[in-house]
Amino acid sequence: MSVSIHVENVVKQYGQVTIIPDLSVDIENGEFFTLLGPSGCGKTTLLRMIAGFNSIEAGTIRFDDQVINAIPAHKRNIGMVFQNYAIFPHLNVRKNVEYGLQFRDVPKAEVAKRVDDILKTVRIEEYQERLPERLSGGQQQRVALARAIVVHPNVLLMDEPLSNLDAKLRVEMRGAIRDIQNKVGITTVYVTHDQEEALCISDRIAVMRDGIIQQINAPQAIYSRPANTFVATFIGHSNLFKTTLSGQELRFSPDYSVNMGGQVRGDAPSGGAVTGVRPEEFSLAQPGKGLAARVVKTTFLGRYVNYELEFADASLLPDQAAIEFSQDIGTAKRVFRTGETIHLEVNPEKINVFTEAGASLMQGVTP
Amino acid sequence: MKPAASPRDFWFWTTLCIAGLFIVFLVYPLFSLFASSFVDPDSGGLTLAHYAQFFRKKYYYRALLNSMSVTACVTVLAVLIGAPMAYLTSAFHIRGKKFLDVMIIVSMLSPPFIGAYSWILLGGRSGVITTFVSDYLGLRMPTIYGFTGILLVLTLKLYPFVYLYVSGALKSIDVSLSEAAESLGCDPLKKVFTIVLPLVTPTVLAGGLLVFMNALADFGTPMLIGEGFVVMPVLIYSEFVSEMGGQANFAAALAAIMVVLTCLIFLGQKYVVNKKSFTMSALRPMKPSALAPLPNAMAHTFIYVLVFLSIIPQLTVVYTSFMKVNGVVFTSGYSLDSYRVIFDKLGTAISNTYLYGLVAIAIIVLLGMFIAYLATRRRNLITSMIDTFTMFPYIIPGSVLGITLLLAFNKPPFILSGTALIIILAFVVRRLPYTLRSSAAILYQISPSVEEASISLGCSPMKTFFKVTAIMMLPGVMAGAILSWITVINELSASVILYTGGTRTMSVSIYTEVIRASYGTAAALSSILTLTTIISLMIFFKLTGGKELAL
Repeated sequence: MSVSIHVENVVKQYGQVTIIPDLSVDIENGEFFTLLGPSGCGKTTLLRMIAGFNSIEAGTIRFDDQVINAIPAHKRNIGMVFQNYAIFPHLNVRKNVEYGLQFRDVPKAEVAKRVDDILKTVRIEEYQERLPERLSGGQQQRVALARAIVVHPNVLLMDEPLSNLDAKLRVEMRGAIRDIQNKVGITTVYVTHDQEEALCISDRIAVMRDGIIQQINAPQAIYSRPANTFVATFIGHSNLFKTTLSGQELRFSPDYSVNMGGQVRGDAPSGGAVTGVRPEEFSLAQPGKGLAARVVKTTFLGRYVNYELEFADASLLPDQAAIEFSQDIGTAKRVFRTGETIHLEVNPEKINVFTEAGASLMQGVTP
Repeated sequence: MKPAASPRDFWFWTTLCIAGLFIVFLVYPLFSLFASSFVDPDSGGLTLAHYAQFFRKKYYYRALLNSMSVTACVTVLAVLIGAPMAYLTSAFHIRGKKFLDVMIIVSMLSPPFIGAYSWILLGGRSGVITTFVSDYLGLRMPTIYGFTGILLVLTLKLYPFVYLYVSGALKSIDVSLSEAAESLGCDPLKKVFTIVLPLVTPTVLAGGLLVFMNALADFGTPMLIGEGFVVMPVLIYSEFVSEMGGQANFAAALAAIMVVLTCLIFLGQKYVVNKKSFTMSALRPMKPSALAPLPNAMAHTFIYVLVFLSIIPQLTVVYTSFMKVNGVVFTSGYSLDSYRVIFDKLGTAISNTYLYGLVAIAIIVLLGMFIAYLATRRRNLITSMIDTFTMFPYIIPGSVLGITLLLAFNKPPFILSGTALIIILAFVVRRLPYTLRSSAAILYQISPSVEEASISLGCSPMKTFFKVTAIMMLPGVMAGAILSWITVINELSASVILYTGGTRTMSVSIYTEVIRASYGTAAALSSILTLTTIISLMIFFKLTGGKELAL
């Protein structure tokens, strides 16, 4: 039933433009796999190649051991959830969900049972006689999901399914999608540009950029040990400092350095390095220690206070004018005002060191 | 008119004026028609004798059966041709689609009787094809007169309505619906029947209704090619002409029967469509894809053969208009004789057509803008009734409208019969809807706050309409006005009843020339009319930037 997906060296071109130059990825049976990236990175293109709506110029895609390149979309046994849901407007909810079963030789009694079950699972059984135009966005979403799952597809493909919903419903629905996927246990490929959504819903994430996968790993691993500076800044926020590395010693300024305690790879070259520090990876230091910075802007966010800080020495930040620092309100002694100077230390267990070209130098990190 | 006197402002008086016009020129005539169908011409008392006579005599009620059978066949054929053609050209790459579309629209907008008489020239008793088949192949062609001829001409003339309607509807289907069906395991052919067809069904029905109404109401085609196969409009016309001088009460009864029938069909269709309709909007419309070689060749053949068949009448008339004639008989060789003759003898018909047409268009534009405004921005009981009345031309066949106007305005207090005014009146009533609908459509896109801004700055509602709203409406109004114009100059069924020697138009002259078998002059006139139509269409496309026709 559910299958693993193996994408091997696939190429996608539109005329002269290459969208995906050479991409390989293996998706395990039953896992919730997310393709994440900015718009135009090729994530939807890859999904539609798996679905069969885009041609594959080179390379192969396999479901388990079966190469599916030449199999037309309607014979791949997929379930797809579209960005605009694509609910058939002339069929009521039940007929929409039943639609795919008529092509699958399912006995009548089983059709009824399967449809009843799935309508219950996605919690829309009371709307089954309604026409789609009388459903809310969230309800249409549930119909689309039910319609895709009820055919027992090999894989479930979802193309930014939550992007048309409002913020609150989006959070509710992503929980529902995750629960339902867990229950059905079906291999799922999910496309989104929303990193928060990707982090909370996925077993593994592939971060894509310009048709190339930058990193594949579990959400927490990607967040804490990004493979390069693109991932570090695209997923969450990272302040990128210009630093110097020699062995395990990472120097920020003539007065401030930290020992990485073996976290940096042994073969890392000494010299210039880029260091990524997330807003929550700073802590306040005694005056005269750490890095001195001036508060430019204070934003109170409830649980946190976000500060925008400037350094006297601009060469510390090659690509940014200011850094971001988050202060946990639960442990903060006081909130600083604009114009004040504060001193910061970084947490060497958390921060990430990259080469000047942007690749990670941390122990055990692979793309 | 007293602008700005709050509830009785400019629009109050405009509503009154338009309501008055509608009562005098539409409600009153229709009422007289129905009334006179119940009047005994000798005693002046009330009677049902005219209706009884219709249903008693086979000659009469057979016309109704004939009308229904040929119209039903035309509708079915037009749907069977138009809908698949629309799907093929939308879903697949068809070479020369732009050119084909223009040809289809030209064939649709030129007068239907040109089709009838061209097919007589080709397939009639002494037609080119008939002679060729009997001289060289020794075979006898099946006759083109009667049922077959009407079916052929009207189908080729009317399938474009279905084609254009369905093409438009297919553009509103988002491609994700079709991909969703495929992702669920539906093969491409089943997809057409389970998804695409149900989605365009309301549109197919609407197009079918338009075909039905047009086929049922058409007078010129069955008159020319029908011969013994008498249909309702022809019966009404001949009964009316033979009764002239009398009260025409029997013709009025026939007309009333026809109006009731069309009303029922119209309402029935509305009911069905309303039950089935749903709103769609496509973010990503269907993109044409390539077909495999064999289906591709079949699709191209199907489309090109049909478009060629539907454009044959235009080619025939243009060709024959340059043939040498001796009296009324074609001889070998080419000349401009036919054109010389029409400019000598029928020059007034040409000038009448353009003069009446322009006057009618001026009135149509003014009325269309006012009524559109009233119906969208000042909705109340009276304005919505006016809006409903403008639908009447859909259900009243042209010949019935002609009789209606003539019966109402051939006696005091309104003696209009025989004047140019009554022909212009018929033009306005019949062709107003095109301008009205495109004006209303553009008004829905203009925010009312623009007008409110003007009024808040001290401009009166009337001045605001002319200075702001009317100018913003202009593109939509003009697009509709050109369609009104094209259909005005090609109008036959009402004007053939209303014309007199001095007020004949080109389409009437073509009709009378064909009846006189003077094919050369008919062809020359038709060519001028076709040329005017094509030029007007080009202006339409220029104005709308290649938008589709909103019929």
